[in-house]
Amino acid sequence: MENIMLFISENIEFIFLLTLMIIVGFEVISNVPAVLHTPLMSGANAIHGVVIVGAIIVMGQAESDDYLALTLGFLAVILGTLNVVGGFVVTDRMLEMFKRKKKN
Amino acid sequence: MSSGFLALSYLIGSVSFIMGLKMLSHPETARKGNLYAGMGMTLAIFATIFLYKDSDGNPLGNYLWIFGGLAIGTVLGNYAAKKVEMTAMPQMVSLFNGMGGACAAIISVVEFNHILHLGKDFTEDPAMTLVILAGLVIGTISFTGSMIAFGKLNGNLQDRVIPLQQVINIGLMLFILILAVMLTFGLGTIPPQTLMYLLLALSVLYGVLFVMPIGGADMPVVISLLNSFTGIAAAFGGFLYDNSVMLTGGILVGSAGTVLTVLMCKAMNRSLLNVIVGSFGGNAAGSGQVASGGNYKEVSLTDAAVLMMYSKKVIIVPGYGLAVAQAQHICHELEKVLDHNGVEVKYAIHPVAGRMPGHMNVLLAEADVSYDKLIDMEEINPEFAQTDVVLVLGANDVVNPAAKSDPSSPIYGMPILDVEDASHVIVNKRSMKPGYAGIENDLFFRPKTSMLFGDAKDALTKLVAEIKSLA
Repeated sequence: MENIMLFISENIEFIFLLTLMIIVGFEVISNVPAVLHTPLMSGANAIHGVVIVGAIIVMGQAESDDYLALTLGFLAVILGTLNVVGGFVVTDRMLEMFKRKKKN
Repeated sequence: MSSGFLALSYLIGSVSFIMGLKMLSHPETARKGNLYAGMGMTLAIFATIFLYKDSDGNPLGNYLWIFGGLAIGTVLGNYAAKKVEMTAMPQMVSLFNGMGGACAAIISVVEFNHILHLGKDFTEDPAMTLVILAGLVIGTISFTGSMIAFGKLNGNLQDRVIPLQQVINIGLMLFILILAVMLTFGLGTIPPQTLMYLLLALSVLYGVLFVMPIGGADMPVVISLLNSFTGIAAAFGGFLYDNSVMLTGGILVGSAGTVLTVLMCKAMNRSLLNVIVGSFGGNAAGSGQVASGGNYKEVSLTDAAVLMMYSKKVIIVPGYGLAVAQAQHICHELEKVLDHNGVEVKYAIHPVAGRMPGHMNVLLAEADVSYDKLIDMEEINPEFAQTDVVLVLGANDVVNPAAKSDPSSPIYGMPILDVEDASHVIVNKRSMKPGYAGIENDLFFRPKTSMLFGDAKDALTKLVAEIKSLA
């Protein structure tokens, strides 16, 4: 019990952030028309590409003689970028079509 | 100074994600929202590259590698996203999702090896070890699961029911948990590296087995679920590096993705558990119980043309068959010809028409079909009774009356379009083969229904020509 309380007080900032973000995520998505489910999923897909930040840190910290870390880090950066760029571009392509029709 | 700028960039990034997601949920602001989130992401990426310092104050190195990776990823991602056909959009999303999951898993592998390299013990900081392992397991499951989903949507993989599938999956999950606990608390004598690779292998297997038996028609729900998995894996990365933008972005998607998954299930009137455990599609018990066979009647092109030409109101029900045949443009042509001759034409859009919710709207929008002619299911269902002809184009399960009348049917309870209320139903299909979910459709054998066989594009082209010759 004491350990758990200690863990909570040590990580209170993260626990705050975690709890609030869960609530924000729930609130933001409620009442979405079914038409937008696919673009929304695709947009959220692009946002979790933020994992690229971790890949950049891994890559940037790899020792220059640690070829395994270099190779894996490089791969992670490519995959993360694919997720981000592909995600946003695909979402934009889907939404472009709604936009054009709305104006006509 | 620079750490302040970094923190500020992350704050702006996080806010842009929240605002972006909020704006994405309204048709008018959606495109801008996507753009804002993209800009926030770009800011977070470049701030990390130039301003990040580790706990000893050292900046990042290997710039050549970082920019090389970014360049390759940008070119490939942009190319793939621009090149993909609108019909193949769902599997593309699944593919990109898998990339993110793999990225999270790789980060965990590198960090694990790093700790091992430093000669530290994993039991020293159990919380950190658990975070690394969670990122590894969830990221890997998301990766392999997404690849299987991609293969299914792309038609490379068939649904497969594995005997005792649920038992195996639960067993695998337990095994993964036990291994993770052994590693974290230093139980047993197996070396940590072996345990880690064992965990990786089991997670690969779990991802495959998790998605394999789920029917192709349920893939959108699965992709949405895996999407939130990847979000959670990214959030664990945020814990690992004390990185606020990864944490907020990841949690946001994890939570929003879960809500979206539940919303999608609701649109099909099914529970998430039912989707995962039910192995909907083809082999489910009860699917063969609908009286199959019987008599159906065919309609000639001329008869169909005359029927529609002298109708007051025609409703078109577009399905995936229309999308596959790339017939959305000729379908719009038909609508224009009929409209020109004083026939009221509307489109009935089932929430899960196509392969994903909203997929059909995107496809028809591409063919310049006016936005206000696309009517949602709830709104159009009462209109069928005043409709002369319903033209079903490559749709099947969304008009299957078994969803209402046959409790043993796998789609029982799913809301459907009440096409039967109309005076005539013309169904265009390539053959009498059952639809995507592999369920027989009694509608085709009803007295009001007549079949117009052939490829949607082909049949519609001839139909339009026929109507034009009548006019």
